[in-house]
Amino acid sequence: MKFLPLIWSNLKRKKLRTLLTVLSITVAFILFGLLSAIKMALTGGISMDDSDRLMVQNRVSIIIMLPVSYKERMERIPGVTRVAHQTWFGGYYQEPKNFFMQTPVVPDDFVAVFPEFVVPTNQVEKWKSTRTGAIVGRKSAEKYKWKIGDRVPIKTPLWPKKDGSDTWEFEVVGIYDGKAKNTDTTALFFRYDYFDEARKRDAGQVNWYTVKVKDRKQAGEIAKLINKEFENSSAEVKAEPEAAMAQSWANQIGNIGLICSSILGAVFFTILLVTGNTMAQTVRERTGELGVLKAIGFTNSQVMTFVLAESCLIAIVGGGLGLGIAWLITSGGDPTGGFLPVFFLPPRDLAIGAAICVALGFITGIVPAMQAMRLQVATALRRM
Amino acid sequence: MSEPTKSNDALVRVDGVEKVFRRGSEDIHVLHQLDLRVPQGEFLALMGPSGSGKSTLLNLIGGLDRPSKGSITIGGERLDGLSDRRLAAWRARHVGFVFQLYNLMPTLNAERNVELPLLLTHLSKAERQKHVAAALQVVGLAHRAKHFPRTLSGGEQQRVGIARGIVTDPTILLCDEPTGDLDRKSGDGILDLLQALNREHGKTIVMVTHDPHASARAARTVHLYKGQLVNEPVA
Repeated sequence: MKFLPLIWSNLKRKKLRTLLTVLSITVAFILFGLLSAIKMALTGGISMDDSDRLMVQNRVSIIIMLPVSYKERMERIPGVTRVAHQTWFGGYYQEPKNFFMQTPVVPDDFVAVFPEFVVPTNQVEKWKSTRTGAIVGRKSAEKYKWKIGDRVPIKTPLWPKKDGSDTWEFEVVGIYDGKAKNTDTTALFFRYDYFDEARKRDAGQVNWYTVKVKDRKQAGEIAKLINKEFENSSAEVKAEPEAAMAQSWANQIGNIGLICSSILGAVFFTILLVTGNTMAQTVRERTGELGVLKAIGFTNSQVMTFVLAESCLIAIVGGGLGLGIAWLITSGGDPTGGFLPVFFLPPRDLAIGAAICVALGFITGIVPAMQAMRLQVATALRRM
Repeated sequence: MSEPTKSNDALVRVDGVEKVFRRGSEDIHVLHQLDLRVPQGEFLALMGPSGSGKSTLLNLIGGLDRPSKGSITIGGERLDGLSDRRLAAWRARHVGFVFQLYNLMPTLNAERNVELPLLLTHLSKAERQKHVAAALQVVGLAHRAKHFPRTLSGGEQQRVGIARGIVTDPTILLCDEPTGDLDRKSGDGILDLLQALNREHGKTIVMVTHDPHASARAARTVHLYKGQLVNEPVA
């Protein structure tokens, strides 16, 4: 700690240069934080390891519907514990910019298959007894200032009602929260029976099923059995782990991970050059002073450590600021008004960012630090 | 020129030292079979024209460089056998340097500059501050402790340099042209200070200079010419 003022004073030597270097690192880490949040939003933090659910859709495309009768057939397959179906409703509240997800579900199946949505029991009961009832996520409820008992009109271009209207009215009977931070709490779920009876077309048809399995290790095997069950039917299915399905959805936009890594790779490479140049310059300018330090008894490794500490300090201050600002921006939630419902900077990425800060400081400092270490005292003193 | 001390109990013993620098394919012999003794408490001036090897010899005595041949013993410790790390520790403990261009850290104020060598000791912050204050008091700059080098005159900067050199109470103070960058008045002030350190505090001082006015302040002067000690100054 007693050496800290010495290290700090060197950073103040060329204040503008230090400031600009710190700022460039800050900008890079803001970008890192935001891209991490976008990646999270687009992939939903997909993990291939913890999937005990399968997604089942039409083999051709998810937009081609499946008979609702498939549910019972799938529930008969050994290893399947529960099946829930959903249908893309594609509606919005008041105006198209207020778009968010709505799907019709069967309340009991929904609650059993999706435990990540936490709904109070009394609200589930109310939902089951209210035909036009719907539960809505906390985020949307807060955004649109909905409370229990409100009647909410949702307009959809996809599902006209039998009476010709395209506006569906739901009664908010429950507000659910997410079990984890990355749980999307923007969607509205309403009753399938109300939907099925009131819609003008495609009665008895759904978009996709979510199948809960007893043993996640057998998920792959069960997916094959489901595919086989509907082979050669008019609506063949494709069953795969939910995570894989989410991944393939995300991949429709592009390989999110690769895009983010490429952008960040370019940014960090540039920053590496900028900071590396700053450190090389600062050591060159101080050759004489480093010689003085050695003359009065500082060892080669101490001098090397000072230079490394300087570069690490620059990187940590810049990176810390960047990550902090990114965290502040992302903690405000989805900036797009509905397209990125799960938008936050995951703690794991925050930790990776912190590790990159230190690595950046180390990599940019190591060459000048080695040069400083190897400096011959007598030679260095002549350059004062 | 007075005779170099021959006694074996001298603080500084330079025996048969040679220094060769290699420049490209050429060997440059800077010091030739040089012997020198400096007793404890002496104020010695090393004089000679440019390129005579004065600063090289000073660097060797201060453990900043190693002789190509021969040995240097300070206070009974042979420097040529020490590793870089041990040599650095030895310098921190035994040597105070005063440079022609002061060589202060521009980003540190006077007291922080003086404190630098103390950072290598185990002294507490309070103890370090006490030592720094005492050193600045000795050089007459206690009132300029918070000033940065750029706000000090050349003479004042050199006083800070001397305070940094003596703050650890080193065995020997090595001064490389300490008045070389100063006007006569400031230079005299520095020489007065060095003389006082030698006479009142018993500090052993080896000072490189090419200024006869400065060397006259030393108790003894030795002359170097083309890497060898000579009896009389050579123009």
